[in-house]
Amino acid sequence: MGVRLILKEGVLTAVLSGEIDHHTARELRGEIDATASRVKPKKLILDFSAVQFMDSSGIGLIMGRCKLMQMWSGTVDVVRLPPKIQKIVSLAGLNQLCTIRGEAD
Amino acid sequence: MKPVNEMSLSFPSCSANEAFGRAAVSAFVAQLDPTVDELCDIKTAVSEAVTNCIVHAYRNTIGTIYITCRLYENGEVMVRIRDRGCGIENVEQAMQPLFTTQEGERAGLGFAVMQSFMDRLHVFSKPGKGTVVTMKKAIARRPAVHG
Repeated sequence: MGVRLILKEGVLTAVLSGEIDHHTARELRGEIDATASRVKPKKLILDFSAVQFMDSSGIGLIMGRCKLMQMWSGTVDVVRLPPKIQKIVSLAGLNQLCTIRGEAD
Repeated sequence: MKPVNEMSLSFPSCSANEAFGRAAVSAFVAQLDPTVDELCDIKTAVSEAVTNCIVHAYRNTIGTIYITCRLYENGEVMVRIRDRGCGIENVEQAMQPLFTTQEGERAGLGFAVMQSFMDRLHVFSKPGKGTVVTMKKAIARRPAVHG
């Protein structure tokens, strides 16, 4: 479990990995928010390609970051969702909050 | 119908045990030879139920979470997750998607996920006594591969 943060031209990319549940989400949230609040990027990209498991705590994680980014009119892109995570993401209907797309670019 | 196999376990409601709870059920169910998708559905539903025990039932305290899993001859899986926590006043309301009693970052989707990822969901709760969540899912029988 972890997150790798890459800042490039005002876009912050968070590459998430491992299992996202209520236990691990706390730490991921802390790391993403510490950097995001400091640099206030225009866009936050959440990359799920290396995530092996996610329950609804991951949905809360996405929703919370959308709320944070709205504070400075930034946007959130959710990218590279593995097939087994797509089901829970579509159940949550996040399309109104953020952009969900296959590729990172 | 008598189960062909059964397991029970209990553990304290620390959030570090969320991964253990779902992995234990998943490892037990694996003997029915489920697909990756079926196993992922069960893992996710168990994770939601266990998280509910930690976040709601035993909020601000540590209690015991009990899991029982039964496998039936017809390929059905039953998972029961029980706590002796605070209970739910209004189960119907609690099961509404997006309903949450917590501020912070709970999406309020726990029961909605259990409902859509499993075939059947039953919630029995007594305020002050605890909650029992029973979920069932049929694992499709696939012809054995010889080789």
